[in-house]
Amino acid sequence: MLAQLRPAIVLMALFTLLLGLAYPLAVTGVAQLAFPSAANGSMIERNGQLVGSALIGQAFASPRYFHGRPSAAGQNGYDASSSSGSNLGPTSKALAERIAGDVAKARSEDGLAGPVPADLVTASASGLDPDISPASAQAQAARVARERGLSEPQVRALVDRTVQKRLFGLIGEPRVNVLALNLALDELK
Amino acid sequence: MTQNGWGQIALFCVIVLLLVRPLGGFLTRLYSGERTLLHPALAPVERGFYRLAGVRPEQDQSWLAYALAMLAFNLVGFLVVYAALRLQGALPLNPQGLAGLAPDLALNTAVSFVTNTNWQSYGGEATMSYGSQMWALTVQNFLSAATGMAVALAFVRGFARRSVQGVGNFWTDLTRSTLYVLLPACVVLALVYVALGVPQTLSSYVTAKTLEGADQTIALGPVASQLAIKMLGTNGGGFFNANSAHPFENPSALVNLIQMVSIFAIGAALTNVFGRIVGDERQGWAILGAMGALFLVGVGLVYWAEASGNPIHVALGLDPAGGAMEGKEVRFGVALSALFAVITTAASCGAVNAMHDSFSALGGLIPMINMQLGEVVIGGVGAGLYGVLLFAIVAVFVAGLMVGRTPEYVGKKIEAREVKLTMLALLCSPAATLIAVAVAAVSPLGLAGLQESGPHGFSEMLYATTSAAANNGSAFGGLTANSMFWNVTLAIGMMVGRFALIVPMLAVAGSLGGKKRLPPSSGAFPTDGGLFAGLLIGVILIVGGLTYFPALTLGPVADAFATAAGRTY
Repeated sequence: MLAQLRPAIVLMALFTLLLGLAYPLAVTGVAQLAFPSAANGSMIERNGQLVGSALIGQAFASPRYFHGRPSAAGQNGYDASSSSGSNLGPTSKALAERIAGDVAKARSEDGLAGPVPADLVTASASGLDPDISPASAQAQAARVARERGLSEPQVRALVDRTVQKRLFGLIGEPRVNVLALNLALDELK
Repeated sequence: MTQNGWGQIALFCVIVLLLVRPLGGFLTRLYSGERTLLHPALAPVERGFYRLAGVRPEQDQSWLAYALAMLAFNLVGFLVVYAALRLQGALPLNPQGLAGLAPDLALNTAVSFVTNTNWQSYGGEATMSYGSQMWALTVQNFLSAATGMAVALAFVRGFARRSVQGVGNFWTDLTRSTLYVLLPACVVLALVYVALGVPQTLSSYVTAKTLEGADQTIALGPVASQLAIKMLGTNGGGFFNANSAHPFENPSALVNLIQMVSIFAIGAALTNVFGRIVGDERQGWAILGAMGALFLVGVGLVYWAEASGNPIHVALGLDPAGGAMEGKEVRFGVALSALFAVITTAASCGAVNAMHDSFSALGGLIPMINMQLGEVVIGGVGAGLYGVLLFAIVAVFVAGLMVGRTPEYVGKKIEAREVKLTMLALLCSPAATLIAVAVAAVSPLGLAGLQESGPHGFSEMLYATTSAAANNGSAFGGLTANSMFWNVTLAIGMMVGRFALIVPMLAVAGSLGGKKRLPPSSGAFPTDGGLFAGLLIGVILIVGGLTYFPALTLGPVADAFATAAGRTY
């Protein structure tokens, strides 16, 4: 074992310099030059004010905005410095009660009669899911139109324009970025 | 289940299969000492490392010297990580001013990253400075993966060599795996990840003013460089708490696809390396075929379970068409969440893009079984190959018992010493898993971490001890594992699961290497076809099934009955 100590210590030191400093710093340098927006978190500004990241969901409670999914990140949800899912299990009473409450809320706010889209009343894995399904967005369109004094077809058309389709028609799921949709909504007159 | 979902699963499988031969050929040339395209640039670095470290690269080590070198290197790595985490508050690149870790958490984390487990009792963005992520965790992500590749290679040499004592040189196997395989691939992958939206910065967290006027602090960091090796090295430790479910750590389904392929690429190619080195590629394909069959059954079951939706929640008014979406991200949906869960537990990766704790009972059962079978379905880089070869030894032994001949595998006689050592290696991980979960289930300290009561609470503990001993690292996250009891218990499990398997396995390699290679004879059981693949599957399932069935009955199986009955806890 003693004979192996010198190579063990020297190689650990060399690899730490190479893999723990040179590699991440070199990647950072190239990334900052070649892809500055993505490398710094795909931030979005409006009128010179930082309003969030295109990739990170944020909380929407006002009836004038489309709402994202329930979030378990941080104390009040959508805490982007404390990502987390609820981790509640399939037979959790707490989860069943939370879902029942959110279903009742969606039905009263949005006047939904039938089944509620699953993603609208379930917490995401990260607590920061920026997206909802197109069905969840359409389910809220009537309420948003009413609250903003817009016509419902106008709002539904906006949702359709904001839908991101599957890559090559195959990869991923169709989705609507809630922040992008609400930013576009604020632009509608 | 949809056609599109199966289409995406098929696309993934095709990409992995297309990579097997090119990557297998490259790795075989590299490990045989041939020059590759990368040598003009990297060979001087390699030689410089050997000179400074006093390593003679051509020197063959006995299995014992090889094992001691591996243990010494891992011990030094453990001490470096432990010290770096304890002293975090005094070290640079810590823009959030995060404090040093408590002793039990630093111990657990250091063991976790050195053993290629990447179990995380902490949340990344709230605990780890950028510096710790780089010089403690990223470094071990590379080196623990390279250790696995080195050890697997030593084992393969045991089969291929004739009447020699040595199994190779640990230092050259380690250095070549890192310099010529992992590092160049990660430089490319990291930049691709940034181009597709993954952050890579040393600036501090930023605060945005949301559309509704609230402050939102957004965690950032050098994510892409860590992500690349986390997947390729089947480490799985997330930069952020939510791991590859975090939109910064997995921004789109395209990034998700690259991550999934990264997990399987090297492990699948190593089966081909095995075939090439023993002189018959079909030996490798037979093993990959057995792995592939087990994998597809697992994917089908989890996808079906998650797509069906939870009957308790459907009764509350949820649309079952969306599937069980609690703990899943919209951009991945149920198909890619199910596929990722099976991949990450089939390999010893442990990264997650959905929260396994919120999966249905069956959807959580399959990942658990994947780990309990020893992660031999592709498996961790290196670890998967030596794991499945141990089962192959048992399989030919069983076949030998049935026909009454001394078993042979790829030209080597398998005798009492090899079978005993193999069983010792295979029994360590189940012992560590089941003893730990039994202790936890009767200890108030163990039960204190549970989020769920009822059978799912037992599942949370069983998943944790399974994940630790299998060196996986994924979790049923409802368990609060950052306590003295769980940190120490799981650290012991991780060490046993890694080193108590590797050392007897290297002894088998040494023992096999000393034997003559027999010419193929008509009496030997053929190990390059479907019959052997079927027998191998049978042995894997029987060993795993008999060992874990009672524990699984108390957890996920009872949970499935409770779900069907509409019972909540």
